[in-house]
Amino acid sequence: MSPPLALALHAALLAGLPPLMLGVIARTKAWAAGRRGPPLLQPYHDLARLLRKGAVYSRTTTAIFAAGPIVSLAALLTAGLLTPLATNHAPLGFMGDIVAFGCLLALARFMTMAAALDTGSSFEGLGASREATFSALTEPTLFLILAVLCLPAGSPSFEGAWNAVSWTAPGLARAPLLAAAAALFLVLLAENSRIPVDDPTTHLELTMIHEVMVLDHSGPDFAFILHAAALKLFLFGGLLIHAVLPFPGDPWAGLAILLAGQLALAVLVGTVESVMARLRLVQVPQFLIGGFAVAVVGLVAHFYRIGR
Amino acid sequence: MKGGGEVGLLWAGNARAVEIDAVPRVPAAELADRCAELCASGGRLSALLVLPEAGASRTGARDLLAVIADDQRARLALARTEVRAGQSYTALSARLPQAQAFEREIFETTGLVPAGHPWLKPLRRHADLERLAGHLSTGPAHPFFQVDGHGIHEVAVGPVHAGIIEPGHFRFQCHGETVIHLEIQLGYQHRGAAELFLRSSAGRRLAIAESIAGDTAVAHGLAHCMAVEALADVEVTLGAQAARGIALELERLANHTGDLGALCSDVGYLPGASWFGRLRGDLLNLLLAWSGNRFGRGLVRPGGVRFGLAPAERSQLRDRLRRIERDLRETAELMLGTSSVVARFERTGTVTRQVAEDLGLVGPVARASGCDRDVRRDHPHGIYRFAHIPVATAETGDVMARVLVRWLEIQRSIAFVQEQLVEMEEDVGVRGLSPLLPRRVAIALVEGWRGEIAHVAVTAADGEIHGYSFVDPSFHNWFGLAIAMRENQISDFPLCNKSFNLSYAGHDL
Repeated sequence: MSPPLALALHAALLAGLPPLMLGVIARTKAWAAGRRGPPLLQPYHDLARLLRKGAVYSRTTTAIFAAGPIVSLAALLTAGLLTPLATNHAPLGFMGDIVAFGCLLALARFMTMAAALDTGSSFEGLGASREATFSALTEPTLFLILAVLCLPAGSPSFEGAWNAVSWTAPGLARAPLLAAAAALFLVLLAENSRIPVDDPTTHLELTMIHEVMVLDHSGPDFAFILHAAALKLFLFGGLLIHAVLPFPGDPWAGLAILLAGQLALAVLVGTVESVMARLRLVQVPQFLIGGFAVAVVGLVAHFYRIGR
Repeated sequence: MKGGGEVGLLWAGNARAVEIDAVPRVPAAELADRCAELCASGGRLSALLVLPEAGASRTGARDLLAVIADDQRARLALARTEVRAGQSYTALSARLPQAQAFEREIFETTGLVPAGHPWLKPLRRHADLERLAGHLSTGPAHPFFQVDGHGIHEVAVGPVHAGIIEPGHFRFQCHGETVIHLEIQLGYQHRGAAELFLRSSAGRRLAIAESIAGDTAVAHGLAHCMAVEALADVEVTLGAQAARGIALELERLANHTGDLGALCSDVGYLPGASWFGRLRGDLLNLLLAWSGNRFGRGLVRPGGVRFGLAPAERSQLRDRLRRIERDLRETAELMLGTSSVVARFERTGTVTRQVAEDLGLVGPVARASGCDRDVRRDHPHGIYRFAHIPVATAETGDVMARVLVRWLEIQRSIAFVQEQLVEMEEDVGVRGLSPLLPRRVAIALVEGWRGEIAHVAVTAADGEIHGYSFVDPSFHNWFGLAIAMRENQISDFPLCNKSFNLSYAGHDL
């Protein structure tokens, strides 16, 4: 596939596929609860509706509030261009892109929190404070996971890592990868405000983490936020799928693997949300530290050559 | 309660009319002392109201009537004191915290000032603030209790909420995520129900009573009917008594089931939320099949019940209830067996027994804190004199205890309904009411699903009802929620709130 075509395919995936994940999760939960549930494509309708609407801005807010959603979305889209999707190659991949990936995620989060604080609302302040606390625990875990994934290749880039972790590679240790994938799933739940860390469907503002930070956004701004949230889930899903499934060089076969993997992951997230309750907020750090411990197990397994 | 020292009191029973003039008048300070003593030895303040002015009495003087329930001996103590308009009297609240909301209500509606009330501000009528400003202990601004210090912040929630719920204002004083103090300001649903009730014809009064809290239509309707029947000295047929019991328990079943579902929904537990939600609908549909209304409106009426149950209908109800019970059991076992759910319920929003007794809490909330009180057993009336429902209590006083008490009550109510559907007598015919006895007061207590409902009806010399007071269980319990939140996480407030599930309309009238 020619580079322009690959770039176009990559961009189309980033723009088009993430909302489908949310639709699949909603349908999984509806099925588990014995309901019919919203249409699979409902998130796309929501985005279209929000984009047609006007936005309302409180007089107490400044340009930071208006910039929050668009900067966050831009940061995540850029992070998406650093992440390999259908192949092991990313359009903007470079040596050290895993660090840039983590920083772009942090930028998106920072802008969301700054916009929340900009409203001066006590709710949004609470949400931003929770986000700051919990992200201080997930970010080290994410970097540790990326380190475990990159160690076999000895290369701090996604492309190098994915080329090296293909399951068919002779002499590859599987235990570190499995531990990293498990930790990545926990981080995915936490970073994407899913149960057991956050409840994306609740209307109770006092209990929310992510949702409460975006309460004041409306119209196209809120559409950007929705898409950015779906995109973040999609990117974490991409990392997880690459960590556990081998991708052949062929982009179309890779696309099929990616799609199947993302759908399976959405069903898995929906299943988790259908069988357990949310954690008490004070216990969330324990959950996150648990994720960190799993990642450490992966690191230890790598250095002690366990599971080779 | 001690046997001696009962001078200055009149003992009455549930749904028994007594002569107003027989209620002894004592000085205000003595009334306060007497109420505090009775409550210290196991009594509860069930109602506190200002009696209507008697036509011939000296102008400007009003009687303040206190009703204390003695649960151990199935009797109600009545005492009154005379207060002159615009003057103050010794506040009961100074020694009896459970009187605080009653005295704020009396203060804003009559202008009688309870001297020594620790937190005197309007209860429902915010618009009247300026008129009352001179008497407020806390100054003219609408004051909220404030906490100062490093890292203390205030969170104000409502009266407009993110979900479709009733309006109320919650002011949290927090240190980080920990709630130090919560003040609840209600009144946004105030409809003037008490005034409307007195203006209305006898026929419309039932409909108004049923609308005090829309989810408690049967219990409030029943309390109204009991008060009117007591004043008319009429007893309904045994069949009607059984039918009323069945309706009251079906209402309890539907609401307790809905509460369990809502609690699951608040902790993000999907199966419980969905299945309890469906079963609540199934239970409401039993009332629909019987009375034509999902909330049983118009089923209970003075003198009897509107619809009986033919044998075929009864066996059909029994079959449907059996199926519902099976599903309820499965869902409850699933919920109580899911550790992530139980971990959220346990040690959240604890109310100690001492606090529950001091605040005079009622219903499942009080029973979850170890207070063994249930009007159905303690002040039995109607079918509950013949068929007993074991009282469900728990000790821990947390959300889990309130869940367990509800689940126990669901099982026991189902057993009661199944038994009554077999044994009830056919005749539910409505008895005609004779004219009401003059100058009487009747107190009707009903154990609604939220707890004790008290209706106090007072007749004038011509036998017309000219004074009426309704006390919804929410009126007693809202303060309990505020106390339950102390030292809890602010993120657990919705869960804690749902475990109380109090009515805004029932409080605001």
